[in-house]
Amino acid sequence: MESIVSIRNLSKTYAGGFKALNNINLEIRKGEIIALLGPNGAGKTTLISAICGIVSPSEGEILVDGKDIIKDFRSTRSIIGLVPQELTTESFASVLSTVNFSRGLFGKSPNPEYIEQVLRDLSLWEKKDNKIIELSGGMKRRVLIAKALSHEPRVLFLDEPTAGVDVELRKDMWALVRKLRESGVTIILTTHYIEEAEEIADRIGVVTRGEILLVEEKDELMRKLGKKQLILELTRTLTALPESLSAHQLLLSDDGQQLTYTYDTQGERTGITSLMDDLRSAGIGFKDMQTKQSSLEEIFVKLVEES
Amino acid sequence: MNWHGVKAIYNFEMARTWRTLMQSIIAPVISTSLYFVVFGAAIGGRIQEVDGVSYGAFIVPGLVMLSLLTNSISNASFGIYFPKFTGTIYELLSAPVSMFEALLGYVGAAASKSLILGAIILATAGFFVPLQIAHPFLMLLFLVLTCVSFSLFGFIIGIWADNFEKLQLIPLLIVTPLVFLGGSFYSASMLPPFWQTVTLFNPVLYLISGFRWSFYEISDVSIGVSLTMIMVFLGICLAVISWIFKTGYHIKK
Repeated sequence: MESIVSIRNLSKTYAGGFKALNNINLEIRKGEIIALLGPNGAGKTTLISAICGIVSPSEGEILVDGKDIIKDFRSTRSIIGLVPQELTTESFASVLSTVNFSRGLFGKSPNPEYIEQVLRDLSLWEKKDNKIIELSGGMKRRVLIAKALSHEPRVLFLDEPTAGVDVELRKDMWALVRKLRESGVTIILTTHYIEEAEEIADRIGVVTRGEILLVEEKDELMRKLGKKQLILELTRTLTALPESLSAHQLLLSDDGQQLTYTYDTQGERTGITSLMDDLRSAGIGFKDMQTKQSSLEEIFVKLVEES
Repeated sequence: MNWHGVKAIYNFEMARTWRTLMQSIIAPVISTSLYFVVFGAAIGGRIQEVDGVSYGAFIVPGLVMLSLLTNSISNASFGIYFPKFTGTIYELLSAPVSMFEALLGYVGAAASKSLILGAIILATAGFFVPLQIAHPFLMLLFLVLTCVSFSLFGFIIGIWADNFEKLQLIPLLIVTPLVFLGGSFYSASMLPPFWQTVTLFNPVLYLISGFRWSFYEISDVSIGVSLTMIMVFLGICLAVISWIFKTGYHIKK
């Protein structure tokens, strides 16, 4: 698939000597939603800042739509929209004026109809004449999104878009992100809320200590690294596992009332049938059972711990 | 050239002026009026004419310069410092705007504000003393050059400053004393010979002297020297700014 952003051998060392990015290589495909996951301080914001022109790369090159972000900064920046992590707004300007300002800054002639549509989509139209300082945190976040969309970008960066945002706005935001993707906008979001990535991303990149640990299709990642568990609630307490069950990957809970069987979803045989047979032979009965699939969160924590 | 971007910055900065009308326009008018009351009416009445011009009228060019210098610096320095302070500079840095275009927007707006202010102060002065302007075009040239070069100077201070104290440091500790000692309220010829020589090292003297010459054709130094000095100052500011843009000093990490 065609790349819209190509990052090659990108490194960034800050003036104090701190290496925030270390030899990053990443291709972002046209029209996808890619989530960059990573703990605080992993380098996610620095990576975004380098692509957008806020931070100068120390080494490597970045191409946006095939053009170099330094030599062709006008062309690359004009198709990029950025919603920063911090709620940084001009407090005393009105919502409408600050969004119009952003459109002008990005070199676009005024388009009141389009701006009205953006503000309506973000439920900001009624607040268009309010000063930004009068708005709640969630509304300010919406204003930042409106500013980023004001110049009709084809690539949108959302840096921790749902940090400190309530459930309603989070759902609105996800709906908006999907709508933008349908219109052909490529979306790159950073987050440390894994459920967010799980909910909307097509691909997931895991960033830690300035490096990209892996980039994978979300479904593939969850399939590959995900484990499934079968949990059995026993009818009577066991003090130890019978010898006849030792061939199975079983774990007995401390109180002796629960057996957990972990199996690979990719395996051809899950081993459940033989486990059931062996349980019956051993005279172990159960009153309830449930299965559990490991979440992206568990996969992510495991990955970062292993790195 | 991203003219929409330049216009957006310019309009945004000008909108801030209208939002802070009291601070931007009315406060300087009141302080100028106070100078006229104190120096023009109360003290001026006891001072003889200076080089054939009444004292009240003599101080007009100095007063205009005093306001222009301080306001050009504060407008431009605040304009670029504030986005750095609040973090909104991310937008400027990520926009398809070259540093030259940003400079046009910020410095253009700051200089425009100062020009408007200068016009208002001159009009206010007209209420207190009879004004005559011998060389209107030259006066306008001085006005524009001063507004632009000191707005550039303010822009540099705004980039350099990383806290509010630094933002005020140079205007308060250096510029204001230089303006007061640069002959705003007196002619250098009124000083003892030693201090006359010292005054020649004050760059603001050349500005005020040249500006005053365009009104009354009286000056401490020749008009050509005055014009040269302001061009030199303008050149130094432009050189510093081009260095800032080249290195990204205090703007880009």
